[in-house]
Amino acid sequence: MNAVRLTTPLTQEALRKLKAGDTVFISGTIYTGRDAAHKRMVEALDRGEDLPFNVKDATIYFVGPCPAKPGQVIGSAGPTSSYRMDSYSPRLIEKGLTGMIGKGLRNADVVNAMKEHGAVYFVAIGGAGALMARSIKASKVIAYDDLGTEAVRELIVEDFPVIVCIDAEGNNLYEQGRAQYQRAGA
Amino acid sequence: MRTITFEQVASAVEELCIKANTNIGADVTAALEKAKATEESPLGKSILGHILDNNEIARNELVPICQDTGMAVVFVTIGQDVHVDGGLTDAINEGVRRGYEKGYLRKSVVKDPLERVNTGDNTPAVIHYDIVPGDKLHIMVAPKGFGSENMSQLKMFKPADGVEAVKKFVIEAVEKAGPNPCPPIVVGVGIGGTMEKCAFLAKKALLRHIGHRNEKAHLAALEEELLEKINNLGIGPQGLGGRTTALTVNIESYPTHIAGLPCAVNINCHVARHTEIEL
Repeated sequence: MNAVRLTTPLTQEALRKLKAGDTVFISGTIYTGRDAAHKRMVEALDRGEDLPFNVKDATIYFVGPCPAKPGQVIGSAGPTSSYRMDSYSPRLIEKGLTGMIGKGLRNADVVNAMKEHGAVYFVAIGGAGALMARSIKASKVIAYDDLGTEAVRELIVEDFPVIVCIDAEGNNLYEQGRAQYQRAGA
Repeated sequence: MRTITFEQVASAVEELCIKANTNIGADVTAALEKAKATEESPLGKSILGHILDNNEIARNELVPICQDTGMAVVFVTIGQDVHVDGGLTDAINEGVRRGYEKGYLRKSVVKDPLERVNTGDNTPAVIHYDIVPGDKLHIMVAPKGFGSENMSQLKMFKPADGVEAVKKFVIEAVEKAGPNPCPPIVVGVGIGGTMEKCAFLAKKALLRHIGHRNEKAHLAALEEELLEKINNLGIGPQGLGGRTTALTVNIESYPTHIAGLPCAVNINCHVARHTEIEL
């Protein structure tokens, strides 16, 4: 398991070198989106419209941050459960999305789309939003402002800490990690 | 009859909302520190360290521990000799409104579960009332995040299914939840009552201080047994593998019908928040 620094956009070439379990520090631009924003983005694609950002080699962070206190760039901003985006993620991956940051399980449709298109699923620590916000250096709402915390934001991050959970080959740290520490008598 | 003002209640709830979301309980910190010391997975140990660091930042800078500052679940125990001037429910919701605004907490409540438009102020709270003798008003605010709430389960067993079915159900609920509820988790189990009573008991079980066991010996033993079995699942901190899946298992029970054995599992993440005041 390695520790790697990557700068966005995350190309398939860079992502194919990552293995489940690697620690990655991401710097550059990432976009936020959770339930309501994903619904709108996929509806936009259905209508043949553009997405609010260039999705080619882009990374989405599943997060709905807290409001920023005076002097803060953003409020607490840890990952939300990714499975709620499972029905939307394959559409975005087909359009060029290569990175997703969240927490928790993904379904087979997402993993298959990731393998087919060379995308990676990263996890951040759920419930550590105060710590995570420190790696976010700028935040700007770029779409769906009416959704409040669920709006799409462009974030500038610096050494944003994540772990490769499912790599582009479909290796899954949730499965590997659990197998290692499971004991009889559960 | 003792009168408590609307303002007293509203300002108390305002403070409780901010405190609960920024200052994790000493029992949770102690449990996380103990887990960090014993965790066998190096990654798990490091994650527990980051969680402790995060909680320290939140406490020192008065910022939310987690961005999901929850739906405000409020447990009220009101003495029957107390009169609240202006309405208790309205006062509590006013406190939630102010606390979530003043504390820069996230507004996570939608007005209608199907139409899904945000209410903009995190109201309404979910309020549970208990009426007791006396003239005191006790309020506990337990903001509940939905990453863990969504992993809850309820099942109506037959009496013949017995304790083995209950054990299997609880363990399977945790196993199925896997990494989703942000382990290490607190597991609340309700057994008995009716369907809705049982769900309430599971929620109430989450409020108990970590380390305190059920007063009934057979339930205390069941809590210990379930904790050991859950930790043998290997799910670990954040589900990435390890020996710390749950910090504790708390069971609450209630008498039930001759035909039934209701069981509910309510899961809390490691941000097991609740704080209280007596007026």
